[in-house]
Amino acid sequence: MTKKILTEHINVPGIETFDVYRQQGGYTAVEKALKTMTPDEIVEEVKKAGVRGRGGAGFPMGMKWSFLAKPEGVPRYLVCNADESEPGTFKDHYLMKHIPHLLIEGMIVSSFALGANKSFIYVRGELMYVIRILEKAIAEAKAKGFLGKNILGSGYDLELVVQPGGGAYICGEETALLESLEGKRGNPRNKPPFPAVKGLYQCPTVVNNVESIATTSWIINNGGDAYAAIGIGRSTGTKLISASGHMRKPGVYEIELGLPVEDFIYADEWCGGIRPGHKFKALVAGGSSVPILPANLALTLANGEKRLMSYESLSDGGFATGTMLGSGGFILFDETSCIVKNTWNFSRFYHHESCGQCSPCREGTGWMEKVLHRIEHGHGHQHDIDLLVDVSKKIEGNTICPLGDAAAWPVASAIRHFRDEFQWHIDHPTEATQPGAVYRGEMALV
Amino acid sequence: MTTESTIQFTPERLAEAKEIIARYPEGRQKSALLPLLHLMQEQEGWTSTEGMDYIARMLDIQPIEVYEVATFYTMYHVQPVGKHVIEYCRTGPCCLMGGDDVLAHLKQRLGIETGQTTVDGQFTLKEVECLAACGMGPVFQVREQYYMHLTNDRVDEIIDELSKQA
Repeated sequence: MTKKILTEHINVPGIETFDVYRQQGGYTAVEKALKTMTPDEIVEEVKKAGVRGRGGAGFPMGMKWSFLAKPEGVPRYLVCNADESEPGTFKDHYLMKHIPHLLIEGMIVSSFALGANKSFIYVRGELMYVIRILEKAIAEAKAKGFLGKNILGSGYDLELVVQPGGGAYICGEETALLESLEGKRGNPRNKPPFPAVKGLYQCPTVVNNVESIATTSWIINNGGDAYAAIGIGRSTGTKLISASGHMRKPGVYEIELGLPVEDFIYADEWCGGIRPGHKFKALVAGGSSVPILPANLALTLANGEKRLMSYESLSDGGFATGTMLGSGGFILFDETSCIVKNTWNFSRFYHHESCGQCSPCREGTGWMEKVLHRIEHGHGHQHDIDLLVDVSKKIEGNTICPLGDAAAWPVASAIRHFRDEFQWHIDHPTEATQPGAVYRGEMALV
Repeated sequence: MTTESTIQFTPERLAEAKEIIARYPEGRQKSALLPLLHLMQEQEGWTSTEGMDYIARMLDIQPIEVYEVATFYTMYHVQPVGKHVIEYCRTGPCCLMGGDDVLAHLKQRLGIETGQTTVDGQFTLKEVECLAACGMGPVFQVREQYYMHLTNDRVDEIIDELSKQA
């Protein structure tokens, strides 16, 4: 069995309550941290653990913490990013819904480490029922003396506020999230200054993903070295993978980083294989933003070795033959899937979600959606494929925030690996627009 | 210039609004804007101009600061809606699980297109982007309730159930 750090107790009946969570060893990290450790020692353990941002960017969490400015007399903030909106990703939803105290415990030790006395959990507004679960859990923790004034007699005060979003993917970008938390439109800020220097209310702020913060309790209890011993290379620890699409067992799975992609897809412990009677066509390994890969490249590296579920292995080969771990939104496509249709669907998403601040993204996402729509609907022009590549290149790297890149990569990668399928739509519009029609030309199905 | 308000929070919601405003540091009450818009929508079913003006006064900000936010975020209904707003996920993973077909059935069952409200005012249909429930697709949401693993039959059952609600 795989090591479980976050989900070990997730199926224990009543784990959403303080008492059951406590019986399972919950809140011992708060006791240990507040009574026996200094904030700097906690930061050091998180650095040693090597845990990388689980929201998608993969930036080392301890390093992010160490950048936090600490000017005298200025409050510092910790903001948890629970705006989970990346298509294919539903792990934070799962974690908060089933085991809310894990996040709250992590928020307490992390806030203590950063010297924050008021911390926020920004949850996407659609998850209002999860917000109510978190608020209930916070009230329980407060009643037991784990939140509020003078926690466990340590002299440390902390208040946790759960903030609902309003329905905007862009607020998963940390500076857009901070704008939103200030009651504004979610327009990402120019950087620098980074949130570590000027974040919420222009004060030093750390923004971390739910899953990242949830790891801290285990790290406090077991030490950063023990965490770093799990996983592979610089991909330390475990990762929650949100598995969806054409597999036997979709769901959220906690894996040790370094697990072969093949095992994750086919073993009964995880996805249980492709749905019966079908073949594996393509994979989006880390949420809709990361490059799509055909089945053969998803399973094996260019050198023939097995591809692993790790930051390094998934990105092996660059964008030519690789992709990214991203948020762990693992979307599997079988041979009935139309890549053109899916690419159009994803482009519509990015067009809908572009905040409109930067022209390349605002205009480019609209054009990509429009061109993909006409290819999918039988009105494609011969030059459209090159046009899409051109537009995607003009967006990539030319925007304030990474939404532009996130919109460009799925289009560029779909054309890179499935160009024939786009060409078929343009050459055979009548055939391609029949209900359920899918390109059946030469491709590597597994 | 703001409209004279005929809309205001009920006493219970007013107390809740004050509690929300008190969560933020001194002078940062604008942070309460998104939560208060949700509260208003929970009460009124949508966020009208009058409702937004009322919130602007409560937070001591300009009405435009409320309008620009309410129109940026997709959850706020700035037009009247039906009693039940069905927010249907149209994003890739749900579509892979047959989301398009179920949506077509839902439209047929309700006799409306996306963005419309049934003539009896019972249902409004909106298409939304990913609801973070991809492994349980197809998915839609009505207020705080998620409905997952949708099929045509399941959709019929849900519509029947919701139609019976007083």
